[in-house]
Amino acid sequence: MQYLFSVIAEGPAQATEEEQAAVDGFNDRLIAEGYWVFGGGLGETVSATVIDNRGAGEPIFSDGPYVESKEYLAGFWVIEAADLDVALRLAAEASQACNRKVEVRPFLQPE
Amino acid sequence: MTGVTGPTGAREAVTRAHHEEWARVVATLTKRFGDLDIAEEAAAEAFAAAVEHWPAEGVPPNPGGWLTTTAHRKAIDRVRRENKRDDKHQEARLLSDDEAPEPVGAIEDDRLRLFFICCHPALAPETRVALTLRMVGGLTVPEIARAFFVQETAMGQRITRAKAKIKAARIPFRVPDAQDLPARVSGVLAVLFLVFNEGYLATGPDSDPVRQDLTAEAIRLARLIRTLLPRDGEAAGLLALMLLIEARRTARVAAGELVALDEQDRGAWDPDLIAEGHRLVRERLATGQAPGRYQVLAAINAVHTSARDYRDTDWTQIVALYDQLVRLDSSPVVALNRAIAVAELDGPEVALAAVDGLADRLDGYHAHHAARADLLRRLGRSGESRAAYDRAIELAGNTAEVAYLTRRRDQLA
Repeated sequence: MQYLFSVIAEGPAQATEEEQAAVDGFNDRLIAEGYWVFGGGLGETVSATVIDNRGAGEPIFSDGPYVESKEYLAGFWVIEAADLDVALRLAAEASQACNRKVEVRPFLQPE
Repeated sequence: MTGVTGPTGAREAVTRAHHEEWARVVATLTKRFGDLDIAEEAAAEAFAAAVEHWPAEGVPPNPGGWLTTTAHRKAIDRVRRENKRDDKHQEARLLSDDEAPEPVGAIEDDRLRLFFICCHPALAPETRVALTLRMVGGLTVPEIARAFFVQETAMGQRITRAKAKIKAARIPFRVPDAQDLPARVSGVLAVLFLVFNEGYLATGPDSDPVRQDLTAEAIRLARLIRTLLPRDGEAAGLLALMLLIEARRTARVAAGELVALDEQDRGAWDPDLIAEGHRLVRERLATGQAPGRYQVLAAINAVHTSARDYRDTDWTQIVALYDQLVRLDSSPVVALNRAIAVAELDGPEVALAAVDGLADRLDGYHAHHAARADLLRRLGRSGESRAAYDRAIELAGNTAEVAYLTRRRDQLA
């Protein structure tokens, strides 16, 4: 079962050196113990572009994030875990390592 | 068997089976089908079938076995129905379900798993309470809605959403790992204590001051968790605490007014509940293990229920236990209760200083002002006492407590 860990930041997006070292250590453990699927930090929200191509005409590009808010997504992990108990324990470590709040959400399961 | 039990006997048998077997049936089916929703629905259908069949056909010799088998069949019917919608996943699940259900008794742990899934920390506290009462307690959605003054549809949605989250996020149906276990057990106990407190100190102007249905249900569930976790000191402590509070229930309210401990008719206390509570407290003391907060609270209530009258209370012991509790729980409410006990040992002036020291943290709490009012009254400071009573009355949510505080205020010189 896969879970998305969203890193929710307030203030600076850039991790401090100390935070980065803790995240690197945590990532090594995720890989070694078979939880790692993918993960990474994201560029600042000002670097985002929103595309809307639902209409019949040309796609519309808008500069900036789809929603302006004080809290924003600063990075994420996709991890493989047996159940939510395992995922929550890893997320608690993730939050400590990156020193940010982390939201855990399951990927949809094929029925 | 027909005629042996008769329709009245059969109805009683269904009620008894509901009390004794509901959680087991839901737990067994949850384990087997990996789905709380299927388990709940099939259990409800099995009990409905019992209501229909037992009066006419007689109560089966093993009601629990009959209910489990019936529920199991209902669940398979549902899976087959869903299966027709071409679902390989369901097909695979069904394959493993053709074996006979496990015999009743070998599956005690499944009810413990049921507690843990319902009280999971990823669910909101009010959701944990509702789900536990539904899945473990077997209360219906309308009953739970009434108990918490929530619209039936809203309560139904709360439970449905919780089941959907459990499934989508894969909240596991298992006993937590050793490292998570202590926190998860306290989570379960906290849910039961919440139910008990809502019954014991019901809030809201339209609510009965004490709601025995809720305290009784909380005690029933606490007995169950104590059976499932026989070596857990806090499970024993919580049950003892509930029993010793429940023992005083009938003496605690008279003519719609709260009766304070010093004015209660101790002859009206329930001696059986007190004996059982004291036995549990002694049992825990004998282990020599350091007690948690429920055990200390139970010990405090054991000292109160050991005294023949208020003046006989061993206040030294009570204050010593509160000192122990303060070390486990730094909440200002504990400090307030300690101060109230200190008044009996060192006098109201010492206690008032302690109570006043909590003012900034407890200004919105009626019991803080009620305690101040009483201490000021004992010190002869009537004017200040009256103001404190006014504030306590304004903040109190329990009708019997408001009546008591009003009478005490009006008796001031």
